[in-house]
Amino acid sequence: MTIDEVKIGGLGASRPRVEDNRFIRGKGNYVDDIALPGMLHMELLRSPLAHARIKSIDVTAAWAIPGVRLVLTGEMMASRNLAWMPTLSYDTQAVLATDKVRFQGQEIACVVADDPYIAKDACEAIIVDYEPLPVIVNPTQAMTAGAPVIRDDKENQHDNLIFDWEVGDKDGTDAAFSAADVVSELELHYPRSHPSPIETCGSIADFDRSTSKLTVYMTTQAPHIIRAAVAMVAELPEHMIRIISPDLGGGFGNKVPVYPGYVVSILASILLERPVKWIEDKTGNLISTGFGRDVYLRGQMALRKDGKILGVRMHTDSDHGAFFSDAQPSKFKIGLMHSAFACYDIPTAHLTAQGVYTNKAPGGVAYRCSFRVTEAMFFQERMVQAAADDLGLDQAEFRRLNFVQDDDFPHRTPFGFLTDSGQYGKCLDIGLEAVGYKKFLEQKEEAKKNGRLLGIGISTMTEPLGAGNSREYDILGIKMFDSAELRVHMTGKAILRTGAKSQGQGHETTWAQIVAHELGIPADDVVVEEGDTDTAPFGMGTYASRSTPVAGAAVSMVSRKIRAKARKIAAHLLEVSEEDIDWELGRFYLRSSPDRGVTIQECAMAAYSNVPDGMEPGLENNAYYDPPNLTWPFACYIATVEVDPLTGVWDVLNMVAVDDCGVRINPMIVEGQIMGGLTEAYAMASMQFITFDDEGNCVGSNYMDYLLPTAWETPGFELHEVVTPCPHHPIGAKGIGECATVGGPAAFVNAVMDALKGSGVRNVDMPLLPDRVYEALTTSRDVSGAPPIRTS
Amino acid sequence: MTSLFEVMPAETAVDTPVRKLTVNVNGKQETLKVEPRLLLAHMIRQALGLTGTHVGCDTTNCGACTVLFDGAPVKSCTMFAVQADGHDITTVEGLASASELDPIQEGFKDEHGLQCGFCTPGMMLSAKALLTENPNPTEDEVRWALSGNLCRCTGYQNIVKAVLLAAESLQHQEASKDEGETL
Ligand code: FES
Ligand code: FES
Repeated sequence: MTIDEVKIGGLGASRPRVEDNRFIRGKGNYVDDIALPGMLHMELLRSPLAHARIKSIDVTAAWAIPGVRLVLTGEMMASRNLAWMPTLSYDTQAVLATDKVRFQGQEIACVVADDPYIAKDACEAIIVDYEPLPVIVNPTQAMTAGAPVIRDDKENQHDNLIFDWEVGDKDGTDAAFSAADVVSELELHYPRSHPSPIETCGSIADFDRSTSKLTVYMTTQAPHIIRAAVAMVAELPEHMIRIISPDLGGGFGNKVPVYPGYVVSILASILLERPVKWIEDKTGNLISTGFGRDVYLRGQMALRKDGKILGVRMHTDSDHGAFFSDAQPSKFKIGLMHSAFACYDIPTAHLTAQGVYTNKAPGGVAYRCSFRVTEAMFFQERMVQAAADDLGLDQAEFRRLNFVQDDDFPHRTPFGFLTDSGQYGKCLDIGLEAVGYKKFLEQKEEAKKNGRLLGIGISTMTEPLGAGNSREYDILGIKMFDSAELRVHMTGKAILRTGAKSQGQGHETTWAQIVAHELGIPADDVVVEEGDTDTAPFGMGTYASRSTPVAGAAVSMVSRKIRAKARKIAAHLLEVSEEDIDWELGRFYLRSSPDRGVTIQECAMAAYSNVPDGMEPGLENNAYYDPPNLTWPFACYIATVEVDPLTGVWDVLNMVAVDDCGVRINPMIVEGQIMGGLTEAYAMASMQFITFDDEGNCVGSNYMDYLLPTAWETPGFELHEVVTPCPHHPIGAKGIGECATVGGPAAFVNAVMDALKGSGVRNVDMPLLPDRVYEALTTSRDVSGAPPIRTS
Repeated sequence: MTSLFEVMPAETAVDTPVRKLTVNVNGKQETLKVEPRLLLAHMIRQALGLTGTHVGCDTTNCGACTVLFDGAPVKSCTMFAVQADGHDITTVEGLASASELDPIQEGFKDEHGLQCGFCTPGMMLSAKALLTENPNPTEDEVRWALSGNLCRCTGYQNIVKAVLLAAESLQHQEASKDEGETL
């Protein structure tokens, strides 16, 4: 009689993915796949210069091309008060440039035409006269006295500083450093990178004059935030705006911000009263949309001779490009950078942070990352390795010595977060065992005698996911809760909608599994819908690994509300009082006579046909979940590499991942997320970065220059798991989407640095391109990856 | 549909050159009039409505637009539609028969070889070409054959497994066919 939870696709079932049925047939529905009757096509003209005053724009020739329906410039946008728009970080961003261009690739004009080819031709026919200005490509330049002010459009902005921020205990940290036996130091640059989903950004705006309704199909990870933004920017009533985010070809944080292309396509549709489609090309995507990282980090660690960490100091300089358009929680200017060192028992720490404008595309999105935790964890794990080396201690033992112990939870981190659970030592042990740590160290010594360079790198970290509780986390003042709505139909089948938005994470599969777990309704009987603001409940969307911790929790909670009502119906059907019945998966039964019971499906039928007197009919509800705290998954990643001393090329010999993300809803999907994340980590460490020359030209504006690993370069991964349930999440889950991207890079870099140990090199900036490694090997000096400063 | 392959709207009806072409797509003969500069990927997606072929980069790097051209994988974003005149094209929509999925499609689903699904059609077609030529590939051969297709989500490990699984099940099918014949 008892239902086997795995059989009905509940928690722990590696249930095949529902969404695959359409994807493998080529029947996905991505934005560019949608064609509306009468649809026109839009192209953007982008600036070739990084910093220049616009003297004039001549659009005459563009208008003359047959098939052109509309040409818009910043001036025309300005006449409608739409030349500038607010960003998610209380800054403003140019929609179409009016006064100056501030980065290469900035949007200057748009053409709408009968087909995209004509629109492209017409963009080329627009003549812009520029007066070039001095270009700033890094924070040092930006903060030099007398540097040109990039944001001269802003009143009271007399330099390029965006923010100055600090957190932690300065005096306590100073005291810890005075008491230290050894002080370790490290300075590095986490390079600018692009999330680069294979699908670029795009939208189809469809304004219907007869109903005054604006429908926008859009590549967005956060449709409800976009609806709010459009309501504010375009001054349209929110109920007359419908944002539909259909299937997304990946997101990784790139599809959170509001981009000028979306806004312009909306205005174009309103003006032309026809659907207007804008599909960005790859270069447009790479040079103008949300970058990640680009942070210069330096810090010191106060150490006792025996290996105990006494305190940490950190400073970050972040390069945000021309507009501060990060999507960070508004209280935290440098995101959750201060989650650094959370897995170590460190008494005190202090962090200072400066953010600056440069002539680069607006950056700082959380690229597969919970608001800067990627930079934080990378610095943490590079610093920990440097400190272990300085003390002459084994890097694994140094970590173990300083870990927060299993019985120390809840634990207050040096910057004030509260972590709640974990088995850090156990994860490390499993990782060391799997990689054959002791044996590898011997092999390494042996290899060295033959001139071969082997290295092993460890990265252990806990990161904060699931932003977040509304006391602390908001974007533009909107609290970061999430939501779910569940309707159980008469026959016991159901439809579930949430405020999240999958971009490949498989919500259609996993959310149904949570319902199955809570209600015993087979997952196959639950259809999941997301991404349409007219039907989905309000939610903050999917990024920062918040779906399972927040929306997933809402799915549990709404299911429990349904169960509570079903229980009343069950008591009515069994003609007993509620106190006399118990629940087992999928069924209420009489405690005194367990054979007598009713299934959830029978309760559903009764909800529409036989409710007790005074009860509202129907079986549906919704839940808004405001998490009590963040969740804290833990991971241990260990890489072994061999570096070729003659070329600087390094190969991954082994990559072991031990992840503790709490309870796993669908182990197959969790492992998929980990492998995808490890690949992006490997990409960051080995090849993926977008840099600029001293004139602000983006080097990495297409896939020939911006390298992503293929199946050929990507190493194999060995995965292991530990499960420490999250004590405050309804099903004990912690989130997994980003752990490997966050923690992975340090494992690869530490491994290469370990291979170079003894050469005098302390740091080589990512990506560890062969020429950089070779330079380090041959010069015994650190290699910086910072963009060049113009010397002339 | 856009004016690239249909009657030009009256006010835009200038002398755009138009070529007629006939192409066999997924076993079906199609005759179209197109502008010479129309890319094959756009013809497939917009003129024929087969939107399973995706455009990721338009620079021949990502492979999302991969189709089979007379059986060989090509990137349709860097070919003109007119070059397909008289040729056979297979897109993802042509992989499954009415009732049955191709073993490669089964493999991708069973091994969780896809997440967002954007690279998947191109990946599967590259895999199809590989298995036609080499029914029993090694892991390295699979990785090499797929190295023209980028995936941002999966880390490739499961894609490789999916292709190896498909190879196995195709061989199994062959073997049982042979057995059927000898019996
Ligand atoms: S779209 Fe053709 S290779 Fe990327
Ligand atoms: S599944 Fe998303 S790009 Fe491959």
